[in-house]
Amino acid sequence: MSTAVAVSHSTEDDWKQPSRGMVGMACLIAAESAIFIIFVIAYIFYTGKSLTGPTPREVLDLPIFSTVCLLSSSITVHFAVHQLRAGKIGQCSAWLAGTVLLGGIFIASTAKEWYELIYHHGLTIRTNLFGTTFYSLVGLHASHVIAGLIMLSLALIFSLQGKVNAHHAERLEVLSVYWHFVDAVWVVVFTVVYVLGR
Amino acid sequence: MVVSMNSGMVDRFFANFDQQAGFEHGVRRLHATQMLATVFDPSSTNIFAPKGTPAQSILGLSVLVLGICAGIFLIVAGLLLYTIIRYRSRPGDENHEPAQIYGSNQVELSWTVIPILIIVALFLASARVIFVTQKIPKPATALDVVVIGHQFWWEYRYPKLGIVTANELHVPVSESTHPTPTYLTMSSADTDHSFWVPRLAGKTDLIPNKVNTMWIDPEQAGLYLGQCAQYCGVQHAKMLIRVYADTPEQFSAWVAAQQHVALQVPSAAAGREVFLHNACVNCHTVSGTEARGIFGPDLSHVASRATIASGSVPNTPENLRAFINNPSDIKPGVLMPAMHLNDHDLDAVTQYLSTLR
Amino acid sequence: MATHTPRRHGGVFDVLQEWITTVDHKKIGLMYIGYALIFLVVAGAEALLMRVQLAVPNNHFVSPQTFNRLFTMHGTTMVFFVGMPILFGFGNYLIPLMIGARDMAFPRLNAFSFWISAFGGFLLYFSYLAGSGLYGAGTAPDVGWFAYAPLTSRVFSPGHSTDYWTLSVLLSGVGSIGTALNIVATALTMRCPGMKLSRMPLLVWLYVVTSCIAFIAVSPLTAAQIMLVIDRYLGGHFFDTQAGGSAVLWMHFFWIFGHPEVYILVLPAFAFANEIIPVFSRKAIFGYPAMVAATVAIGFISMGVWAHHMFTVGLGPEANAFFTFSTMVIAVPTGIKIFNWLATMWGGSIRFATPMIFSIGFLFQFLIAGLTGVMLAASPFDWQLGNSYFVVAHFHYVLVGAILFMIFAAFYFWYPKITGRMMSETLGKWHFWLFVIGFHMTFDFMHVPGLLGMPRRIYTYEADRGWGGWNMIVSIGAIFQTAATLIFVYNLIRSYYKGEEAGPDPWDAWTLEWSTSSPPPSYNFAEIPTVHSRRPLWDLKHPDDPDTNYE
Ligand code: HEA
Ligand code: HEA
Ligand code: HEC
Ligand code: CUA
Ligand SMILES: [Cu+2]
Repeated sequence: MSTAVAVSHSTEDDWKQPSRGMVGMACLIAAESAIFIIFVIAYIFYTGKSLTGPTPREVLDLPIFSTVCLLSSSITVHFAVHQLRAGKIGQCSAWLAGTVLLGGIFIASTAKEWYELIYHHGLTIRTNLFGTTFYSLVGLHASHVIAGLIMLSLALIFSLQGKVNAHHAERLEVLSVYWHFVDAVWVVVFTVVYVLGR
Repeated sequence: MVVSMNSGMVDRFFANFDQQAGFEHGVRRLHATQMLATVFDPSSTNIFAPKGTPAQSILGLSVLVLGICAGIFLIVAGLLLYTIIRYRSRPGDENHEPAQIYGSNQVELSWTVIPILIIVALFLASARVIFVTQKIPKPATALDVVVIGHQFWWEYRYPKLGIVTANELHVPVSESTHPTPTYLTMSSADTDHSFWVPRLAGKTDLIPNKVNTMWIDPEQAGLYLGQCAQYCGVQHAKMLIRVYADTPEQFSAWVAAQQHVALQVPSAAAGREVFLHNACVNCHTVSGTEARGIFGPDLSHVASRATIASGSVPNTPENLRAFINNPSDIKPGVLMPAMHLNDHDLDAVTQYLSTLR
Repeated sequence: MATHTPRRHGGVFDVLQEWITTVDHKKIGLMYIGYALIFLVVAGAEALLMRVQLAVPNNHFVSPQTFNRLFTMHGTTMVFFVGMPILFGFGNYLIPLMIGARDMAFPRLNAFSFWISAFGGFLLYFSYLAGSGLYGAGTAPDVGWFAYAPLTSRVFSPGHSTDYWTLSVLLSGVGSIGTALNIVATALTMRCPGMKLSRMPLLVWLYVVTSCIAFIAVSPLTAAQIMLVIDRYLGGHFFDTQAGGSAVLWMHFFWIFGHPEVYILVLPAFAFANEIIPVFSRKAIFGYPAMVAATVAIGFISMGVWAHHMFTVGLGPEANAFFTFSTMVIAVPTGIKIFNWLATMWGGSIRFATPMIFSIGFLFQFLIAGLTGVMLAASPFDWQLGNSYFVVAHFHYVLVGAILFMIFAAFYFWYPKITGRMMSETLGKWHFWLFVIGFHMTFDFMHVPGLLGMPRRIYTYEADRGWGGWNMIVSIGAIFQTAATLIFVYNLIRSYYKGEEAGPDPWDAWTLEWSTSSPPPSYNFAEIPTVHSRRPLWDLKHPDDPDTNYE
């Protein structure tokens, strides 16, 4: 046939498609949400079904402070993106540093909580259904926080080294969307584990 | 497997094959004539030959669904056949393309709406059978049986009659004038199983930590076969079900016999000693003795059963002996270990068990 | 082997290195396809062994343990390491070409996804060597492809074979999500100028929907496998019935994945049909918008029907009724598709080339498979049929009669594009007819023992049940299928060397992949094309009456 490579090539006006990174992140978030939903369902399904103690009421305290930290880190990362877009690299680094700090506090307080549960209350992942579902759900979330923190720290390092400029704003924004997602998941986990499940 | 057997066991292993000749059709079945015969063998587990209310109402629905689906098939397959014949490309067609049609809302609407109507009809018919089978009150005359699935055998308990038995379920025939259905309350001691006797009812799973119920009401006396229908481990295939639908007289005789404490025939005293002084007692119960194990089937009346090892082989002294000697010969993968009894003890214990009518 | 020197490169290691490090969507696609074909033969051989064992009652060809491993490996391999990779392979190869792009959106993620899935398949079979770890001889997993709890717990499955199973499925799931993400991002952000969503080829549309189902459906499987890993390695109790855990929860999680999974597998087959049937009927697809809408509807409905695999679990009459209804509803959008394909052929000028006869086989067989599905959906009927050979017949009718047939069709259709050479039509016809005969012998007659009360997953059966003859016919059919498959493999290899030159557009087709040379250059298109309708090449071939006038 004579048709090979003969399609016309005139470009159409304003041919715009969504951003690749954003679409990818949206897909990732869809998939991750499904994973979290399954863990949350398992948690809810098993609340109050443990055959032995300890129960959530006996050992869990409301992690108000770390929750506030994590949620405010969503605001700081938002400003970091905002500043980067405006070309203010220094400001951006500062906000990023704040974000990493707040996220770090969250992880540290989770670590402390687990330490107390394990060594003072004798609750491990093997103890009972509560232990199994609690550590897996909270742990799954914490691992996402850690992943986010690693990427944010990398961004921070790059921006401190001055390797970042306004062209990277979109990438940082994709990262910030991930971070917002991790925060949103925490709201659900907090509600289910510490409020409803107690 | 063979590696771990000493030579004596290997001999017995093969000897065993010959003994089972009646059961082992094996490759010999390959003869052409016999083959044909099996094709047309009536099946003892045919879902189209129901003998109980649940199976009967399922059949009614099945015929309806099959009919509707056959109708749809004939129409659509007919259209397909017509299209490929009528619109095949003929010589000369290469030069011009057929008229291009991009769609038509009316036709597309019609083949959306008609299926919806069919679906609604099918759903209503199904829902009716679901509710008449799963949501009707239990009559006072009903018999209660607790069914517990084990890897790879069935435990049956009759709480109101004080009977515990295994693998062969006895229930009364249920006459339409005087219905005596049997209600099964089911659970599992280990993995998932499923109770399926096609001519009596659909299947219901037995799941650990969950209690399910179903009912059966055989309308004709006789033996109904079935088998475990949920993969439960190595010997899922040999977890066969036998349901005896007894006439009222037969049933009360059976109940009376089962309610007796296990017989203590003096001539079998030696075998009883062997039984009671081996690990058998850890896994098996024989009423009236200190054997109270619950891991294996209750043996108080084992001789009254037609088969052993969950329907695997007929309950003959030879099979019993072979089974006790090395259960895996008859049912590879069973959870009863070979007990390594010497020939004398083996004979004695076989004789003892054969007296437990 | 090592002495053989390929034309353009230094040596076999260079070639190897090129393929291992490649991020080109075409190469990755081909690796997916090749990898799936190998597993097809492996899992097919496993099926053959099962059929030998089941041909006659009370057979001793394999031990019960071996048989249980065979069906577990066969099912797992076919679903996760044949079905998924082959479809992703075609998707990878075709999508950028069909939307006029030079590669996938994330080429490196693409390579990563492939290799992680490949590693999963390797792990699954590695269990044959290492399944019981230090205990001695190797063993494969024997828990069935849906691995119901509590059979998978340490108590009932000691050793490591189940660990290999769960890890390999977990990895394959991660790979699938990666590829699905890539497909969606590619289709949404890389289309050539003028290709609005409403002009995207149906194949691409269906792949997008499939991928979206994958996000929502494969992830629960991943989550459930993580829980199983926690149970088995860390001593958790998710599915530990002795600590109050629930066996039914696993069933829900598995089937929330498992049901949509079957549509993930079948939608790409539909996608091939959407491209092949119009070309060989010489007509535009009938009702493009309805096809897209029906696909999206299938995607949504498929999320709400999973418990039709659990009608015998004791969900209660209300739930049984609900899932009966939701399951049957799927027949409506699926019916729309069948009817639209028929309408596409209606009034056309049908050419019976090998891709088309496989597609017609698909239409016929999918119709029957769907109708047996509707029978299973009537839950009381399912109380009889569930877990019997009727179910096995139903799903092979779809998986083999529909999906495998469309995969064969896709091979014959796109092979010229991929290699630049035509596959032999004569061998193709032999392949088709032998496979059709074998298929119908095997899977038509397989319904009967199910109706006669034969449960699945039994390594042998009693002689007095009247199942023997039927099983013999079923087994003989498998031999025909094997012969046909061997012809197909031979055709693939022979045509690569001896096939007729294909040229860029051997089928006189209409989508963009046919506008570039065969095989396409590594950059796909010398210049990125611009399109004005769904069938850019039609417009070009018929300037007097282009599609743009009608859409
Ligand atoms: C790609 C694979 C695929 C596809 C497409 C389907 C499609 C369907 N399946 Fe199937 N199914 C499987 C693969 C598939 N299935 C597998 C693998 C299993 C077993 C898993 C296991 O246990 O190992 C299974 C098991 C399975 C069960 C559980 C059986 C059991 O274990 O007890 C049920 C029950 O409802 C079911 C139903 C259906 C229905 C209603 C459809 C529908 O989508 C079909 C719709 C199509 C049509 C109906 C035909 C075309 C329509 C028309 C011509 C319109 C007119 C029709 C009407 C109005 C009715 N399937
Ligand atoms: C895509 C999916 C797919 C495909 C294509 C197939 C294809 C086939 N399947 Fe499979 N099957 C499943 C998916 C699939 N199956 C699943 C999910 C299960 C459930 C598992 C479970 O219960 O856990 C199952 C279970 C299953 C069973 C039930 C086992 C049981 O319950 O006990 C049987 C029995 O007959 C069977 C047979 C076959 C046969 C004969 C083919 C044939 O169509 C195969 C034809 C192909 C070939 C034959 C390959 C050609 C081979 C060669 C070229 C090599 C030649 C080699 C030698 C001669 C050694 N399959
Ligand atoms: C570790 C536990 C265990 C021990 C010890 C044991 N059994 Fe068993 N036995 C079983 C199990 C489990 C079965 C059921 C096998 C099956 O059908 O899958 C069984 C089945 C049987 C049956 C068949 C019962 C029937 O109705 O099908 C007989 C008879 C029997 N055992 C006798 C014995 C004797 C005699 C001994 C001692 C010498 C013994 N068993 C020791 C576990 C045990
Ligand atoms: Cu019990 Cu299968
Ligand atoms: Cu399904």
